[in-house]
Amino acid sequence: MIRQALAVFRKDLASELRTRYAINALLMFVVVTLAVIMFALAGETLSPGALTGMLWVVMFFAAMSGLSRSFVAEEERGTTMTLQLLATPMGVYLGKLLFNLVLVMALNLFIVLLFLLTMDQFVVKQFGLFWVVMLLGSLGIASATTIIAAIIAKANTKGTLFPVLSFPVLLPLLMAGINATKIAVEDQHWDAVWPDLQLLASYIVVITTVSFLLFDFVWKD
Amino acid sequence: MRVVAGHVSKKFNRRSVFRDISFVVEKGEVFGITGRNGSGKSTLLRIIGGLLTPSGGNLQYTHDERPVPAEQLYQYIGYVAPYLTLYEEFSAEENIVLYARLRGMTIDTSHTRRLLERVGLPTDRKDAIRSFSSGMKQRMRLVFAILHEPPLLLLDEPVSNLDSEGMAIVYTLLQEFRARGTVILATNDAEDIAHCDRCISVEAV
Repeated sequence: MIRQALAVFRKDLASELRTRYAINALLMFVVVTLAVIMFALAGETLSPGALTGMLWVVMFFAAMSGLSRSFVAEEERGTTMTLQLLATPMGVYLGKLLFNLVLVMALNLFIVLLFLLTMDQFVVKQFGLFWVVMLLGSLGIASATTIIAAIIAKANTKGTLFPVLSFPVLLPLLMAGINATKIAVEDQHWDAVWPDLQLLASYIVVITTVSFLLFDFVWKD
Repeated sequence: MRVVAGHVSKKFNRRSVFRDISFVVEKGEVFGITGRNGSGKSTLLRIIGGLLTPSGGNLQYTHDERPVPAEQLYQYIGYVAPYLTLYEEFSAEENIVLYARLRGMTIDTSHTRRLLERVGLPTDRKDAIRSFSSGMKQRMRLVFAILHEPPLLLLDEPVSNLDSEGMAIVYTLLQEFRARGTVILATNDAEDIAHCDRCISVEAV
């Protein structure tokens, strides 16, 4: 199963590097969104809480614009059946999850670096905590969007369904993530962030376990 | 490989495609599934291949006197159909390596070349297979079906888009598989049917 997952991951990565479909869309989205925010906020003073919320909004919508590709691309190309004949559902799920995880981590790193470079008012006081929250947030986003992408891939209105289904599923993660990031930015004590970190970790465990159990039903007819 | 189908039926929502199909295919047989357009030949083949779940009835697979669990069925079958899409952004060789990896196999260049030569495809083309003709793509599908030397070969309209040389390759493969495995063939082509030991006709409900 691990070998199959790695084969699916390598295939998706090679395909993405060759076609650059998701990467180009994601990079354009991030650059355009941050440029609009910069123009809109020129000369304005915003609280760290508002800037943190803005960072997570960019991360959420960037994920919405590209992470469904892993399954939607298979469906649009008609290769779903080919993949069903070649690998176990678990191998496919793990490979796609790994690909989405790498993509969302690279994407979030890019967003954070751009945010830190362009938003002078966004100063992180506790970098260790900040990166832990970003890591957990990326894991949660990748895990939730992978199973949702598998569900919506067979629908006719994929583009609309993906954010509509993802928002309520990702809401607990977004709230805990925003809270924990705010604490890292405002230099509060680690004790204050502990409940949010626990929520983020529990969210990842629950959503990944449920995905493992459900994927077989989603993948077959 | 032995395949036993018992009272298999299939419905899509409330629409019944076929009902109560039963047959036994023994090792060494080339078994044909015929029927009019829309009668459900391809649907039945997909059910046999584990790609669709039957609405009623059951299928049992036995290989070397041992039952084959449903979740391991994909390892025992090779499937050729015009609706199976290849990864068109990759070259023929890259596709073969990808398929081998997904099947947990390691494959070297000489093996890849032998497979391409076996189906009459050029071994020196490095371009993406989106530039291949439909006949060449059908030959690629044959490569993927025989890559892991499966005991059960499922063929849906295997000679579609093929020239006379390609058809001869398919019929040679049929004879090779008859000697060491089982072939189930869904077709309406008279020449294909002539290569079958037995046939059933599927009738739409």
